[in-house]
Order: sequence, then C-alpha cells, then structure tokens
Amino acid sequence: MRFHINGDIREADVDIRTSLLDLLREHLALPGTKKGCNQGACGACTVLVDGNRINSCLALAVQYEEREITTIEGIGTVDQLDALQAMFVEHDGFQCGYCTPGQICSAIAMAAEAQRGLPSFVTPDLAAQAIRLDHDELRERMSGNLCRCGAYNGIIDAIRATFVEEVA
Amino acid sequence: MESFTFARAADAREAIALASSRSETRYLGGGTNLVDLMRETIERPRTLIDVTGLANEIAVRGDGAVVIGAAVTNTALAEHRHIRTLYPVLSRAILAGASAQIRNMATVGGNLLQRTRCYYFYDNEAAACNKRAPGSGCDARDGFNRIHAILGASPACVATHPSDMCVALSALDAIVHVDGPNGPRTIPMTDFHRLPEDRPDIETMLETGELITAIELPAAAIARRSTYRKVRDRASYAFALVSVAAAIDVQDGVVADVRLALGGVAHKPWRAHQVERLLVGQPATHAAFRVAAEAELADAVPLRDNAFKIELARRTIAATLADLVP
Repeated sequence: MRFHINGDIREADVDIRTSLLDLLREHLALPGTKKGCNQGACGACTVLVDGNRINSCLALAVQYEEREITTIEGIGTVDQLDALQAMFVEHDGFQCGYCTPGQICSAIAMAAEAQRGLPSFVTPDLAAQAIRLDHDELRERMSGNLCRCGAYNGIIDAIRATFVEEVA
Repeated sequence: MESFTFARAADAREAIALASSRSETRYLGGGTNLVDLMRETIERPRTLIDVTGLANEIAVRGDGAVVIGAAVTNTALAEHRHIRTLYPVLSRAILAGASAQIRNMATVGGNLLQRTRCYYFYDNEAAACNKRAPGSGCDARDGFNRIHAILGASPACVATHPSDMCVALSALDAIVHVDGPNGPRTIPMTDFHRLPEDRPDIETMLETGELITAIELPAAAIARRSTYRKVRDRASYAFALVSVAAAIDVQDGVVADVRLALGGVAHKPWRAHQVERLLVGQPATHAAFRVAAEAELADAVPLRDNAFKIELARRTIAATLADLVP
C-alpha cells in the first residue's frame, strides 16, 4: 500500500486488517500518534486526512491509500514548534502529554472547520455565516479528545491564544 | 479481527455484483462502527466492499426535495447550507452525535446501519444476546438496563437504536433509496428499522445484498422551524438517554402541523404519532404539549433501571416544542 504522510510517499506491505494508527506506529516508525482506547472514544489517535481530523484507530489503513495524511511529526519539531505547540507549553496545556499529539492535530482542524463556517451542536444559529469561537464552542468542538489528567483549562487557553484572534 | 478480502467498488452496480458473487459481505462506509465490531469479532465479514467512493453528492431537486448520496459524510451533510437553513433539525441532530473526528469519517448510509450500544451486545465473551447470537437469551432484560428501551421492546430484546441523525430523518419523513440484486426501490425511513419482536438480529428492511444509495428529504416547509434536543449523562460525546427531533407550524396560536420523533427509547427511531395526532388544532401551549407527551408515553414499559426515562421523555417533548413556539 502507498501513503502520502507528512509530505513523504511511504510504502508498506501490511495485513489488510491494519488500522491507520497501527500502520503509523508499528510499520512506519511514526509513534507520535498515540493509541489510547483503540475504540474511537478518546481522540489520542487523531490525525489529519486532507486537512480533516479523524480517529486513526477506527480507520482501516487500506481506505486511506493515496490520501494526504498529517501526523504530529508533520506539524512541528523540537527546534521549531508549531504556534499551537508553543501555546500548549506556555499555558500548561499538557501534563502526561499522552493525549497532546491528538489534541494538537484536532485543534488545528477544528480552527479550520470554524473558519469555513461549520456549526457545532452549541452554535445558537446554525445558519450564521461566521462562527465565534467562545468558551462553549471550543469545549464542544474539542469534546472528541479526552485528557484524563484534566488539563482542559490549559488546553482551551492554548487554543484560544493561537486561533481565536484570527477566527473571530 | 478475523481476516477478510477487500474490494473497492466504482459504482453501485459493481458493489452489488461483488456482494452477490461472494458470501458474508459487508459494505464499508467510514467504518466508525463496523471496524470496531470487527475488532471485537461481533461482525465477521469475509469480504468488505468499500463504498465510500460512491454517491458523494447532495442535490436539491426542482420540487424542493433534497437527495443525499449515501457516501456523504455526516460533517458534509450537517454543514450543507440548504440543510442548515431549511432542515435545522437534521443539522443539529448530526452535530449532537459522536465527535468531530467520527463525523468526518462516518457516512450517511452507514449511520442508518450502525448497531446498538447495548453493553450485552458488545460483551462477546460472557453475555447472552439474541441480537448477536439468536436464541441465546437477553441479559439486558433483567440486567443493568438504564440505557435501554421503554417503547416497542420485546422479551427477546430491549436494545435501543443509537443514531441521532435517524431520529431527525424519521421526523422529516425521509425516504431511503436502495439498490440490489432485484433492482432499485425505496423504503420510508419510518419503516426502515424494525422493532425487535422475536428476531432482534434482523434490524432493517434491507434484503441480502441491498445497498443504501441515497436518502431523500421531501420538501417540508415545516422543517424551517425545527430542532433537536438531546438529554445525556454528560454535555457532549455521549449517546442519548432521550432525544427529541421536532418541527412545528403554529398559526394564530394554534398548532397547524407538527412532526416529532424520539431517540434513545426504542429499537428504532420512534415516530411520535400520538403527539402529532393530538396536537393538530390545539393551542400551542406547554399544557397541551404535556398532555400529548403523556399520551405518547402511555404504553411505555419500564425496566429495572430506566423508569426515569418515561418522565424524562414527557418533559423533553413538552420543553422542546415549547422552545420552538415564539
């Protein structure tokens, strides 16, 4: 199978049952994406496909051949943090850090969704043209990512500091 | 997960031909439920036919009806401007379900076929479940059944249907378009899912090899004033204890027309015909909504842990309708 991951073309000969998550971690040496519940309930495995966030644990790798996949390894490096990663550091947005790669990927796609006008369940007027990312919107939109350390307040602050100015 | 062969269909006819030529096939959409069930070996297809490349369009017909391709993602449907403006109940119901990550993967056709979240259905090792292993019994009936059905259940099964989207589609009188070995046909959404009776393993009216190709929303002016309210144990990312999809048309303080369906209470989205029949011609007041809700729940049967759902459903119906009336 052939994949486009973080700007590279990667090939892997894997069992048809392999999830996208296991492909990344076990076969392509990209362990930044984390395996939490492996049932789509925690969001630790979130990656971007064509810019949209998905749970890679529920994705059969074979369905994502030839798509543009971005993992945390494609977002920032230790020497050059992405703006959101820098804000996570500044606002104490992580504790154990296990959920952090998924939170970062998820928030980047979340900001893009809001930018293009996608409403959420708590958006008062579904027909509104512009989304204001207030506290309730951010919490609802990030609810697919669990942090059992409870660093939510720091995570929300980091996301606000990175995205809300430009989206509002 | 047991092994399987994988095929990608180029169009509906090819998908159906593939399904007809092999045994134990499943059509694969986003996989958000099926892949999980396969990992638990509750589903053991020998062939998966990927249908995510088919029917990705949302088309507004000349008569105002909307035809939604079965492979449209939940996000794309909830986001579509025509749906957000003219069928807000559908947008909001979809947005009430799962997480953004899952809605980006999940397809409209797959949503109709997602299976119950009954704990005993998922407990492949130890629990009796007539839905998973017909004839084995139902451990939910006398077990931990807080999330289970209060309407339309049978001694064989007390599971509920998990979808939010389907509750809105039921209220909107959507039409399911299918194609199969015997050609295309349509099934009203309100008839698409079955009550459990003595065969809870048979969940829909689909015949072997049939593929959902599209969902049609008839033009419905009433849907302009509509909403979806979901009551659950936490504010987000949880299945409904009780949910209400409602649309109402009020003229001079009197209910001219109303559509209502319930989620979380039955083996299928529960179209609330009693509420609809009783309310038309009545004053659009909270008191009248409450009377209609009581009639709808008159035949409800509580289990050990879920009697609370009966009053919860009555209140949620009345409150949702009251919120829609200016």
